[in-house]
Amino acid sequence: MSNRLIVSPSPHLRENTTTKTIMFDVAIALVPASIASIFFFKTPAAMILLISIISAVLAEYVVQKIRKQPITISDGSAFVTGQLLALNLPASVPLWIPVIGSVFAIVVVKQMFGGIGQNFMNPALAARIMLTISYTDRMTQWVEPGVDAVSTATPLTFASDFTSVQSGAPSFVDLAIGNIGGSMGETSAILLIIGGIYLIYRGVISVKIPGLFILTVAVATLLYSGFDIEYMLYHLLSGSLMIGAIYMATDYASSPVTPRGKIYFAVGCGLLTSVIRLFGAYAEGVGFAILLMNTTVPLIDRYTAPKVFGEVEKQNA
Amino acid sequence: MNFATILKNGFVKENPVFIQFLGMCPVLAVTGTATNGLGMGLATTAVLLGSNTVISLLKSLIPNKIRIPCFIVVIATFVTMTGMIMNAYFPVLFDALGIFIPLIVVNCLILGRAETFASKNSTPFSIVDGLAMGAGFTVALVVLGAVRELFGSGSVFGLNLLGDAYPSAAIMIQPPGAFLALGILTAIFNVVILKKMKS
Repeated sequence: MSNRLIVSPSPHLRENTTTKTIMFDVAIALVPASIASIFFFKTPAAMILLISIISAVLAEYVVQKIRKQPITISDGSAFVTGQLLALNLPASVPLWIPVIGSVFAIVVVKQMFGGIGQNFMNPALAARIMLTISYTDRMTQWVEPGVDAVSTATPLTFASDFTSVQSGAPSFVDLAIGNIGGSMGETSAILLIIGGIYLIYRGVISVKIPGLFILTVAVATLLYSGFDIEYMLYHLLSGSLMIGAIYMATDYASSPVTPRGKIYFAVGCGLLTSVIRLFGAYAEGVGFAILLMNTTVPLIDRYTAPKVFGEVEKQNA
Repeated sequence: MNFATILKNGFVKENPVFIQFLGMCPVLAVTGTATNGLGMGLATTAVLLGSNTVISLLKSLIPNKIRIPCFIVVIATFVTMTGMIMNAYFPVLFDALGIFIPLIVVNCLILGRAETFASKNSTPFSIVDGLAMGAGFTVALVVLGAVRELFGSGSVFGLNLLGDAYPSAAIMIQPPGAFLALGILTAIFNVVILKKMKS
């Protein structure tokens, strides 16, 4: 009887949430977008997804084996990183690209900084940016959905650098369901939002970061175009805004902890994205914006830490 | 103190790059190729050798209160000479290194050795210290340059090693690659040194 009395510090109410259940939820939320990518881009998409996930999990296993640390591949975080990275790649990339990306994400960005929870950037996104800088040609060969793999421009090209949507741009229906050129997983805005709603419903992410991120981009593009609703919607539904705002800006380890910090972080992401899209050399700014804001997180957390109860403001002596 | 300790300090125990992290500006900026790393390392060694020799000879003449300006004058003299010689005999390398040749004047490795070693030790020791530190710096720059060039362009010293089919990872010869390669090489260096010191 005596050993059934457990003495422990609070909290005493325990939830069954573990890293494993959270990662499982994220993986489920990404399933619709993954299936859509296979549906639109056929076999290459399936191969890239598979190879990306396998190499991410394998990389984590090998690193932890070499460093004689407990193997944590069963918590699913490497699986999610591989899945996210694959959805960030164009379907036309050769199959060694996801391998290099996954290994970079897991070994350099995640494990070298101390493993899960210690990464200062989102591993999948850092890998995408690394690949984009290194292999710019291969990483920007967007293909039209279908077996023919005709190379094409992303819809964002029709809106970036202009103050209104140019003619010849795909329709909004195609934009929403994902029947457009672009990275495998970022094309279908609706499916990504459905996954995001599932995550919010399960309590894995709060609506604050994705909501404010997207809202900031909406306001900025609306102001820039002189209240052109069509132009604003184009910016919201194209590029990697949805996948970035919902799945990558919300990474626990690389986003602020404090409620006020989350607001600054999300608005900063939105502003940087808009500035890069509207004035920068790159058509897409979501990746750079999130990574830049990732590096400011320790600072944001420090300045937005809530006051300790009963604390008195320092008197100027 | 003997010559062997000084040599060992410059190369391993107090390696200017991997242990002391001195002169990070040229270390990160010009190591896009092994050739540039070698050129930068040799230029720095030449200046270090000259300044260490002259400062150790003049150490009893230099008033303590104005020693830093005196050191800088000596160093700047040797940097100007090195720059002119490189411009005359290695114009391609001189152009590739650009502003980083005149900037050797403010390389903290050189002022650091003048302050902590040459102004306190005899001339023969100072010469060996200049050579050892310069060699440690040069080797580190060549290794860093070779690693970055190998992954970033598939070649080392301009020699194509990995073949034309190798897809170069351009990030390695860009600024982020400098930080990545330096961090990883420093980690490897420390693991090897720590293991050696324990045994």
